[in-house]
Amino acid sequence: MPDLEDLYREIILDHYRSPRNRGELPVPPAHRVEGFNPLCGDEVVLSLDVTDGQLRDIKIAGSGCSISQSSGSLMSAAVKGKSIEEVRELVRVFKTMMTVHEATLGDDRTTGVEDASGDPEPIDVAQMGELAALQGVVKFPVRIKCATLSWNALVQGLDELASA
Amino acid sequence: MTIKDPIDVEVIRKDFPLLSRTVNERPIVYLDSASSSLQPRQVLSAMDHYYETTHANVHRGVYATAERATELYEGARSKVGRFIGAPEPKREIVFTKNATEALNLVANSWGRANLRRDDVVVLTEMEHHANLVPWLMLAESVGLELRYLPIDGDGRLDLADLDRLLDGAKVVAITAMSNVLGTINPVPTIAGAAHRAGAVVVVDGAQSVPHLVTDVTALGADFLAFSAHKMEGPTGIGVLWGRAKLLEGMPPFLGGGGMILNVSLEGFRPAEPPWRFEAGTPPIAEAVGLAAAVDYLTGVGMEHIVAHERLLTTYAIEALHDRLGPDCTIFGPPPGGDRGGVLSLAYRDVHAHDLAQVLDQFGVCVRPGHHCAKPLMRRLGVTATARASIGLYNDEHDIDTLIEGLNHVGTVFG
Repeated sequence: MPDLEDLYREIILDHYRSPRNRGELPVPPAHRVEGFNPLCGDEVVLSLDVTDGQLRDIKIAGSGCSISQSSGSLMSAAVKGKSIEEVRELVRVFKTMMTVHEATLGDDRTTGVEDASGDPEPIDVAQMGELAALQGVVKFPVRIKCATLSWNALVQGLDELASA
Repeated sequence: MTIKDPIDVEVIRKDFPLLSRTVNERPIVYLDSASSSLQPRQVLSAMDHYYETTHANVHRGVYATAERATELYEGARSKVGRFIGAPEPKREIVFTKNATEALNLVANSWGRANLRRDDVVVLTEMEHHANLVPWLMLAESVGLELRYLPIDGDGRLDLADLDRLLDGAKVVAITAMSNVLGTINPVPTIAGAAHRAGAVVVVDGAQSVPHLVTDVTALGADFLAFSAHKMEGPTGIGVLWGRAKLLEGMPPFLGGGGMILNVSLEGFRPAEPPWRFEAGTPPIAEAVGLAAAVDYLTGVGMEHIVAHERLLTTYAIEALHDRLGPDCTIFGPPPGGDRGGVLSLAYRDVHAHDLAQVLDQFGVCVRPGHHCAKPLMRRLGVTATARASIGLYNDEHDIDTLIEGLNHVGTVFG
């Protein structure tokens, strides 16, 4: 049985209680993108200021559970000021961490999600800083959608900006 | 004075195999019957017995087994009809996939045949999406005016403006019991006013039929929709009851085998109701299971179930207030005759998902989320609640464990 402590790490509760980069940026010049989890009604609104290939600023609004809100806060702190290439690489690494592998789960949960190529490249969780606190979420597969909500919205926003 | 519980829950619980399971090394505490109830052994073995001895397609074969399968299927129809007091059980019960499909059937078949641009449909602010989205879809294609009966601060319908809202209405579609607030609505009063205004009354009975004594005539309904899996029956089968006269005037909903009188390459003539609305092979084993569920509920006694669940709902509301104080908010009316066993909870400012996650560690099954009632959530000023809902197999120990779990939430979230 996975422990609640694996899910509700202190860093996660801290970002839930005191979310970073909370709010919205004026549109334009910022780009606005929304994410919804239709199952539970969680919502996230991202404001992205992308200039010269760099994510200069990011703000997050919306409401939801401790996992979705802390993941958004942690994400904002991790991606702010980074180049778009660096941001996309971080998204890739994060989503790999959020991928469930049946072999890594010690029980009969079968909610395995594999990418098309089979095993993803191994990631170095130690390099992820505070984001590593979210790795316990994979032991609670139902909550993975909470953790990835704002990350998916970020990808959608970057894609919209790239094709604009 | 203490009112005696007419149900011996210890005995009832032995009938439900799933209640002997453990979750996270704790005995399961199943408080999600508003979402889907558990099934007693009697229902499961009736379905097994059917598959092992009697399975054949219905209304087709002439061999003895097929004839027996048809008898069982049609017998289930009559039994379900009698259970809700249908004046003509054989002709008025349509088997669907679930209550949602039953409501879609009304909106699409009766609605498309009878509603025109600017016609008025009256709903309530507390409808489940199943009794909201089909009307929104119809409004998009036909151009209807939708009006909503509001709710008051206690989560009851506010009927102060009823006559004005019903003026000119063609349809009044309301839930008999809210799946979020537990409010038991005064359907007979509203139906009476609706009929005086010339409207047809559609009742969503998904929550009420499993937990209350149902008589369609007393309700004043013209249509009643409900699901088997919320009343101790199997998934995959629901029921639309409709007045015979209304069903006769309605065009088919889905086309296919079983719903026709005759077909040529140029056209078709539909069968009589209820078969007109049952295209394709129906859920036969599920109908057998539903009939067994009706037998089970009737055996326990619906009036006993009502009394037991009312006692336990009152216990739960009082215990939550007494032991958790202002930390816990319960949406919906206070205990009483119009209060069903659906308890939508908030605990401090902890999100419903997190509540449900912590409760899972205690083996407690509750449903977090918007409960397919997003407009109502908006009206209540929340995005989600954690919903604990009571069934005939629940007891005070289940409520105590729920409260134990909620107390632990305080520890985790400080």
